[in-house]
Amino acid sequence: MSNAVAENTEIGVVPSFTVTLFVRRFSKEDGLEARWEDFDVTVHGTDRVLDALHKIKWEQDGSLSFRRSCAHGVCGSDAMRINGRNRLACKTLIKDLDITEPIYVEPIKGLEVEKDLIVNMDPFYQAYRDVKPFLIASDKPKAERIQSPEDRERFDMTTKCILCAACTSSCPVFWTDGQYFGPAAIVNAHRFIFDSRDEAADVRLEILNDKEGVWRCRTTFNCTEACPRGIEVTRAIAEVKQAILRGKP
Amino acid sequence: MSKTKVHNHQHDVVIVGAGGAGMRAAIEAGPHAKTVVISKLFPTRSHTGAAQGGMAAALANVEEDSWEWHTFDTVKGGDYLVDQDAAEILAKESVQAVIDLENMGLPFNRTPDGKIDQRRFGGHTRDHGKAPVRRSCYAADRTGHMILQTLYQNCVRLGIEFYNEFYVLDLVMNTVDGEERPSAVVAYELATGEIHIFQGKSIIFATGGFGKIFKTTSNAHTLTGDGVGIIWRKGLPLEDMEFYQFHPTGLAGLGILLSEAARGEGAILRNASGERFMERYAPTIKDLAPRDMVARAMANEVREGRGAGPHKDYVLLDLTHLPPEVIDAKLPDITEFARTYLGVEPYTEPVPVFPTAHYAMGGIPTNIKAEVLRNNKKVVPGLYAAGECACVSVHGANRLGTNSLLDINVFGKRAGIYAVEYAKTAKHVPVPKDAAKDVLELIEMMQNSTGTEKVAVLRRELQDTMDKNAQVYRTEESLDEALEVIADLRKRYQNIQVQDRGARFNTDLLEAIELGFLFDLAEVLVVTSKERRESRGGHFREDYPERNDEKFMVHSMAYKTSKNIKVDWKPVVITNYPPMERKY
Repeated sequence: MSNAVAENTEIGVVPSFTVTLFVRRFSKEDGLEARWEDFDVTVHGTDRVLDALHKIKWEQDGSLSFRRSCAHGVCGSDAMRINGRNRLACKTLIKDLDITEPIYVEPIKGLEVEKDLIVNMDPFYQAYRDVKPFLIASDKPKAERIQSPEDRERFDMTTKCILCAACTSSCPVFWTDGQYFGPAAIVNAHRFIFDSRDEAADVRLEILNDKEGVWRCRTTFNCTEACPRGIEVTRAIAEVKQAILRGKP
Repeated sequence: MSKTKVHNHQHDVVIVGAGGAGMRAAIEAGPHAKTVVISKLFPTRSHTGAAQGGMAAALANVEEDSWEWHTFDTVKGGDYLVDQDAAEILAKESVQAVIDLENMGLPFNRTPDGKIDQRRFGGHTRDHGKAPVRRSCYAADRTGHMILQTLYQNCVRLGIEFYNEFYVLDLVMNTVDGEERPSAVVAYELATGEIHIFQGKSIIFATGGFGKIFKTTSNAHTLTGDGVGIIWRKGLPLEDMEFYQFHPTGLAGLGILLSEAARGEGAILRNASGERFMERYAPTIKDLAPRDMVARAMANEVREGRGAGPHKDYVLLDLTHLPPEVIDAKLPDITEFARTYLGVEPYTEPVPVFPTAHYAMGGIPTNIKAEVLRNNKKVVPGLYAAGECACVSVHGANRLGTNSLLDINVFGKRAGIYAVEYAKTAKHVPVPKDAAKDVLELIEMMQNSTGTEKVAVLRRELQDTMDKNAQVYRTEESLDEALEVIADLRKRYQNIQVQDRGARFNTDLLEAIELGFLFDLAEVLVVTSKERRESRGGHFREDYPERNDEKFMVHSMAYKTSKNIKVDWKPVVITNYPPMERKY
């Protein structure tokens, strides 16, 4: 395969180059096994993996299927495995990968593949819903509730989650045990357990004390490494574990 | 007969779109009526989540403020094309809208004494323009993300029924008592390729914008204006389509949004020589002038040769004088965008920026109850619209930053309330036997096409002509050129190619259909831009550079006729603020 051929050297322009992508293909309709297909793509210096996938879809093979929307890392649609690591395709610049080698793109693991890079996210969303991801408070305030900046800061990190599933689908425990709540659900429980306005921490801690809960975490840090939002997922899980042991947030 | 399976559903309230406006409506409607939300995306993927800077409300938590000042700023910011009764509602109900969100759990940033913190934003001023005011309630620079998450969380709490990755393609109308009324929507299930008919007594459109008619845009790939396009194809009018907002600070060359919050926190725009050029264009509030003025000033700096960079084709957003801890606490996401996508370190280097297509001020005309208008006077009973797809009109010729997150909450809520009220007494309008016929034909035609024209090529040519001819600066000539290109592209669209023949997750087919809506909306935008022979807010005609209140102090109302596009006009509602010259 030809790789990394500089084509444009105008001053001030990041040169274009050609890369090879190996993309994992699968369809429930054609009766074929999942397989790798390779595509050569010429990309601009600042293009992301999502741009390369679009070029394949738009110029070479319209049937290539993947989810995407915002294209700048805030909607969480395009988590995929790129060179063996879970990342958002729209946040991964091609030039930052090793472009002397082909780039491997495949669906995230642990969830059933529907078509190409699209997986069935239902079990992931169900685990999220199971931790009661909403504020539970008995007060009926007429105005805004008061919360100190320190109390607000306590759960700031876990408010950043975009439900992309990069963490959960990078977790070896989740790969082997689809019943495990998984990192993302725990992150979203954390977001409310440590919110001073919430009154149902005990309920969520009870839910996560389950045999499919936080104790299944083996602290491999895959999730923290995978999170495109910089959430220290493993730390959040540890904080939930400690809260269960303490019996309160 | 088509082999495609057709499913039927019946609800009281059918909501199309699961962004901020759709889910805010669902939270209002869900507890009182059988409600369903149909969305092209999983709800938290909606583009509300990309909004950054904040939501305006005169809480007066950090300094004196009043809803009346907010109303005035909204009217003036919109270059007096705002309907002032609607702006008053927006500003008055903003305080409750923020409290609703806080009570639902939204983690706003807080002041030292624990109240919701507020910051400055473009065009929001104290006492009718005297100085910038801190009115924007925010959660770091991910306020939209937090609103979208909070609304979805509360939909989960309420057990709202969702159909996600269902793409609504048609609105079915039927005649009752001699009047055309909405009966159902027809949706294409992406996972299976099957068709679903959702009958509702009330139907709410909350389908967002259509930034993808432009090349350089902050909008998501999915923002193709399908909802607005569906209404258009029904022969219902679209209002003020010529008013499209170009946000000043898109990452140069990419269009990714850098929030106005950066300037709210003190960032400064500079040209190649380092000059703070906004001092020349808006001496009082400088970098915090409304977006249309800043975007034009930037484009003008570049046109007159003062742009930065190797091609002198952008200006610079300077944050280097802000303490890194302020940047980290208040602007973490946008500074990361600069690092990730441009390799620029905002602590020490200015960020290359240029205007990016951002927001449609126009759209489906509604009254203040979010009811869709059939013409200047009459509504379509049972049909509602809210959010960016709608035109109330609270944004007039130019929307102020932080007023859109407010709009979706205030008018999303209103749509939910009035849709329930209507559904309580109304009967279902019967669904005609052949309700899905048009959609089935469209899909089959696309899927069996033997065409050779590629969707991506036609779309890029459309976007190129729109960026070149209908962007910040427009002339009769440039608009004519755009119309010619669009007409030619439409012909080529007849010969469109869809390579994916499958039924499951056929995004190839989807993009081909979306392109049709993009053509429709681009054409309406260009035609209304031609008719408005003046300059106002986001619409700037170089051949008519002045605002002309005598002739054009009116909303445009465009109608699709069998032959062409007819443009009519609708009076602006003026209550307290007679039009004045707009200076900052």
